[in-house]
Amino acid sequence: MEYSEEDEGEGYDPSYVPEPIHVRDIVQDAERAFFKEKAWPSVEAVAEYVDNDHVFCLLYREMWFRHLYARLNPTLNHKIHSWDNYCTLFQLPNQWLWDMVVEFVYQFQSFSQYRAKMKTKTNHEIALLTQHDQAWNVYGVLNFLQALMEKSSIVDILQQEKEGHQQFTATDGYDYSGGSNVLKVLGYFSMVGLLRVHCLLGDYQTGLNSLLPIDITQQGVYTSVIGSHIATIYHYGFAKLMLRRYVEAIHEFNKILVYIYKTKQYHQKSPQYEQILKKNEQMYALLTICLSICPQHKLVDETVNSQLREKYGEKMLRMQRYDDESFALYDELFSYACPKFITPSAPSYDEPLVNYNQDAYRLQLKLFLYEVKQQQQLSVVRTFLKVYSTISVAKLASYMEVDEFTLRTILMTYKHKTHSVGADGKTISNPDIDFYIDDLEAVIGNMDRVKLE
Amino acid sequence: MGREQSQMSYTVEQLVAVNPYNPDILPDLQNYVNEQFEPERMNTQIVARILIKALMAMPAPDFSLCLFLIPERVQMDEQFKTLIVLSHYLETAKFRQFWDEAAKNRHILEVVPGFEQAIQEYAVHVLSLTYQKVPRSVVAEAINIEGVSLDKFIEQHGWIVEGKGELVTLPRNEFNNPELRRTSSANSIPLDRITRIYPLLDLSSALHILFGEYLVDIVKAH
Repeated sequence: MEYSEEDEGEGYDPSYVPEPIHVRDIVQDAERAFFKEKAWPSVEAVAEYVDNDHVFCLLYREMWFRHLYARLNPTLNHKIHSWDNYCTLFQLPNQWLWDMVVEFVYQFQSFSQYRAKMKTKTNHEIALLTQHDQAWNVYGVLNFLQALMEKSSIVDILQQEKEGHQQFTATDGYDYSGGSNVLKVLGYFSMVGLLRVHCLLGDYQTGLNSLLPIDITQQGVYTSVIGSHIATIYHYGFAKLMLRRYVEAIHEFNKILVYIYKTKQYHQKSPQYEQILKKNEQMYALLTICLSICPQHKLVDETVNSQLREKYGEKMLRMQRYDDESFALYDELFSYACPKFITPSAPSYDEPLVNYNQDAYRLQLKLFLYEVKQQQQLSVVRTFLKVYSTISVAKLASYMEVDEFTLRTILMTYKHKTHSVGADGKTISNPDIDFYIDDLEAVIGNMDRVKLE
Repeated sequence: MGREQSQMSYTVEQLVAVNPYNPDILPDLQNYVNEQFEPERMNTQIVARILIKALMAMPAPDFSLCLFLIPERVQMDEQFKTLIVLSHYLETAKFRQFWDEAAKNRHILEVVPGFEQAIQEYAVHVLSLTYQKVPRSVVAEAINIEGVSLDKFIEQHGWIVEGKGELVTLPRNEFNNPELRRTSSANSIPLDRITRIYPLLDLSSALHILFGEYLVDIVKAH
């Protein structure tokens, strides 16, 4: 099928029917000539001539059986094998299914970015956009992924698997009981797709909620394809970072960076290699940010730590000074590593034409830096806590060159920022160094009895 | 303006979805659906209400989550700017400044009942993380209550007052008291690593140092 590119804006035309050059005609001629009374050459015999192409072999096998049934007498063995063949035909490799979902989300992202660049739009383009406002509409995209999830019943399947009634992860999603894996695995990968879309929209909590049915502390179908594994953890970690759950982000980034370190050599020839390397670098940047705000180096493996020192060692030191230069560094790392945020709503085409494709990114960056600024004083507190096991409020205030009133607010901020509240409402303590104030002696007692570093 | 209009529509739905643990949001959604004929005005009011409720959810990060979803242009609205300032004061435990600013903006905040109490709960939460014993004046400032009402508040919470009433003892919890400190996942270290670091210690000593006496009792009991 061809579509001409000369016609302005002409797209794919589904009603176009090509000249009937049917494969079938060729096959029928060949049949008449060579295979009237005998079976076609086996798949194994043919395979080497087609580079063992998986899909070609499947389709050839299907036609092989068709010829058998049509012209000859299939034995019982043949009939069983032809059934098996159909089962295999209706299963697609997980890599393909992942690629489909990823491409879908990517095209949505790409279109949204394109649509937001209003400045150079011609009247014709604006007319087309207005006319086809359903195309890549955010609700459409979300609903599509949601529908895949629901139609596949993947959440139920995963739940039943936990209870021991179903097999899914154990077979990498493939169906060996006569069904097809396509819908189930598409539904599964849609959860990762939703996580990504919600992150692009700045809706981190909803993104994480979409991922809940998948247990990322275990292997799963999401780890069966390297691209999916990386995309899942990258977005999970990023969402946690924006939710200020730094410890969880550090934990997951560390795990996957170790994994990539050990396995990237096996992907050198793969078309995903570039992407793997890029995401690897971005996650090192995100990990640097997390560790600067929440120094929990004992959560990080030595291999990752040494990579970190090499790539960002100096920058991390400067980031912890919280001066103007540090904010510039936080900006730089965030901008390098963040997703390509988009604005979900369509522009108003009556307004003057400006590019607003950067708006979403600028907002997320601004709010992130705002949070970093609020934590500015905390690293100073941390330095003193490391040195003193007890110190009076008055003395600490003088060292930090603030009055006591201000110090109290800083100390309470430290407590607030280092204690996160889970979805269940329980408080979790995250600081590497902690304290309490016993105001009878106006001292600060260091909560950590033993330092292991 | 057209773009802000559709931005707001999307935003309201997102904000509602962001607050799954807050059933108070539901009436706002109903309002939004019902009163579309004055969309611009209504949407601002609804978003303001959702933001106030998000403030009340502190220490949960609901307010930041909402800000991520509101386009920057829209955040320029005077009401929202005020709420952002209030959030900043709460995030940085600047309670005195918070209550001052809140008093000046009562007309914005009174649309949601229970606002004061919710913020007082948050203040108590932060105090409890930080202090074993806290000066009465610090408590007063944090919850914006003084005099007899403060006495009553302290009594209601069962806190003990020492000396001439100048020091308030807060209940012991794992965050203001090292003995009660449970190991969080951030700080727990696998047991075999501990004994490797202290090869001369036996297991129960290692546990004692890290986890406190009550865990050792459990180990001894087995």
